[in-house]
Amino acid sequence: MNRRDILRRTAAASLLAVPAGGLLTGCALGGGDDDSGGDGGAVGTKTAENPLGVKEDAPLEVVIFNGGFGEDYAKAHEAMYTAKYPKATIKHSATQEINKTLQPRFVDGNPPDVVNNSGAGQIDFNGLVSQNAIADLSELLDAPSLDIPGKTVRDTLLPGVVDVGSYDGKFMVLNYAYTAYGIWYSTKLFNDKGWEYPKTWDDHIALCKKIKASGTAPWTYAGKHPRYMSWPVISTAIKFGGMDVAKAIDNLEPNAWKSDAMKASADAWYQIVKDGYILPGTPGLDHVQSQTEWCRGNAAFISCGSWLESEQKKVTPAGFNMSVAPTPSLGPGDKLPFEAIRGTAGEPFMVPAKAKNRIGGLEYFRTMLSMKGAQDFTRKVSSLTAVAGSTQGIDLPFGLNTVVKALDASGSNGFNWVYNNFYRKLERELVDAACGEFFSGRTTPAEFLDQCQKGADQIAGDSSIKKYKRS
Amino acid sequence: MKHGKYPLIITFLLPPLLLYGMFVIWPYLQAFPISTTNWLGYSRSYDFVGLANFETLLRDSALWKAVRNNAILLLLLPILTIGLGLFFASMLNMGGRRGAAGVVGVRGSAAYRLVYFFPQVLSVVIIALLWKEVYHPNNGLLNGTLRGLGLPAPTWLGDPRTAFWAVLAVMVWSNVGFYVVLFGAAMAAIPRDIYEAVMLDGASRWTTLTKVTIPLLWDTVQVAWIYLAIAALDGFILIQQMTDGGPNHSSDVIGLRMYNTAFVSESKFGYASAIGVVMFFLTLSVAVLALRVTRRDRIEYS
Repeated sequence: MNRRDILRRTAAASLLAVPAGGLLTGCALGGGDDDSGGDGGAVGTKTAENPLGVKEDAPLEVVIFNGGFGEDYAKAHEAMYTAKYPKATIKHSATQEINKTLQPRFVDGNPPDVVNNSGAGQIDFNGLVSQNAIADLSELLDAPSLDIPGKTVRDTLLPGVVDVGSYDGKFMVLNYAYTAYGIWYSTKLFNDKGWEYPKTWDDHIALCKKIKASGTAPWTYAGKHPRYMSWPVISTAIKFGGMDVAKAIDNLEPNAWKSDAMKASADAWYQIVKDGYILPGTPGLDHVQSQTEWCRGNAAFISCGSWLESEQKKVTPAGFNMSVAPTPSLGPGDKLPFEAIRGTAGEPFMVPAKAKNRIGGLEYFRTMLSMKGAQDFTRKVSSLTAVAGSTQGIDLPFGLNTVVKALDASGSNGFNWVYNNFYRKLERELVDAACGEFFSGRTTPAEFLDQCQKGADQIAGDSSIKKYKRS
Repeated sequence: MKHGKYPLIITFLLPPLLLYGMFVIWPYLQAFPISTTNWLGYSRSYDFVGLANFETLLRDSALWKAVRNNAILLLLLPILTIGLGLFFASMLNMGGRRGAAGVVGVRGSAAYRLVYFFPQVLSVVIIALLWKEVYHPNNGLLNGTLRGLGLPAPTWLGDPRTAFWAVLAVMVWSNVGFYVVLFGAAMAAIPRDIYEAVMLDGASRWTTLTKVTIPLLWDTVQVAWIYLAIAALDGFILIQQMTDGGPNHSSDVIGLRMYNTAFVSESKFGYASAIGVVMFFLTLSVAVLALRVTRRDRIEYS
């Protein structure tokens, strides 16, 4: 071996070593315990026109979930933002995989400024909040509305919007679209057959009997996502027993799922299973397949939120005229009237705690929550927003119109629960599985509630999951 | 040319090795330290929890259901796929009995070969969508046929008794084509005169397959076994698309548990990594076992 060989080999070895050194620093954990940062990044001066103190030329990065609502509505909001701050550039992107796209950026401390954390790739909020990964949005609530004079942003929101985005009393998540959850039916089908939507459970069962006799199945549901059926069951229980039913479930109180109200509700709903009022084969259908069966008139009722109309747009026959209605009352002893319906804000938006332009993110939300921004959203995607009164003067499709009416009639009796936001796994996995067994007729009401309670106890007993309280 | 050997080798080996190291080995290695933390995936803070994740794993009943399903897959997927693959390949290559002179496939074997390979060119997601519609309880091809024949029409993917098996059938269906081609190519390499001798001795198709073809194909079968065993420990995409592990976790697999734990219902990256580490050792031991058990003397044609 001569000197030249040695030199050459050393050179080769260093070639190998250099990239390896680079590799070792690229650790998924991000290396080191670093909770600094979160200083809010760019800051400008607060003025009457600019109450949050946006730095006018700070760039803003917005990541949108490219789902049912698409991304065009967001581009319109971004245009409104740049109209006010012409020096700011906006980097817009849309994806269906929010979690996989953004997870490394959160760890690197380089997240975007606004994230529409939605869809099947939604990041679990429990973890985001417990890791201080997202910013407190309270400042936004107290800022004046962009175009509704004399009101703060908080004053312009529909009831429940702040609550559903709050974790331990801190407002962390802006849920932008307003959704009503109820039982849907075709007004045309009901008119043609002379059926009337029943207000009490006994009438509901009587009508189911009539519907079945006419050759149509009374019910179908998303068999592969049976949690859709947990919504009417819990709604019925809350209307029977009052808001405490929901609070107990949300706060993971012992035996919350086995309260008298939940028992009464599960017993009632068991009737549609026992009497064969569910379209045969339903457990094998996913949400789209079951909704399509319903649109074809093979089933009369389905449980869903108010996105149903736009989700089914392509397959709904003309003149189908879908309507939403509250769950029937169990009896005259119900604590809430028949009109009470579950209304809540969905479609979550958040500002990461380490965003470079956190205040720009808040200002972007203020733009979304302006009357102009909200009305533009409703026009573009046929959905309600979290802004009160923003549907005025807009021609709504038939189904959405019934949603507005149902929410109006429900008024202050409207209710909601949040355990699905606090503990995503509890609804999506555990209650989901229990509903599947129950509505396929494999478990009794008592076994169903047992299985739900076991799921809740599992979450409650898991010290690695942060617990939140609501009031 | 001894002089220029090392630079040449390094130039060709370095880039692929670097890429492999960076995108395969390095993430694997990282899963080990992460599995001993309670990392939640969206910040840099985490605590070391030792083997606590592995303890939780032992008591995780949903995970054990998944392990059981993977074990069934491990047993059945290779047997069914290799069995069918060998059967079809031998029919296509030497099933014909036309004339005594040549060893040929059954009539129309070229067309069959194309049809068998068809699932292989479809992406797994497309296969899942296709079969979801085939299994549609009311409008599906399968239940339509069953009803036409006056047979009961089960809710294939919506019943815990059938969901897992329905997906297993799709796994076999989608894999078999590749192995028909693989075994076919290996059969083509077997000298024809062996078959001619066997046929002169009056051996049946079955004897030919079990006494001549399979022993001569053993190397290829062994490779197929390992591939399929590894595929059986995965099964993630089909299950996720077709049943999402349901109903009531009855069709869950380990890969889906891991994915849901990290990305869907929770963001427990530490615990998910622990599941990944267990999967790593399972896969490794299965591969080693498969190699050991199937080891036989290599036959070389002279």
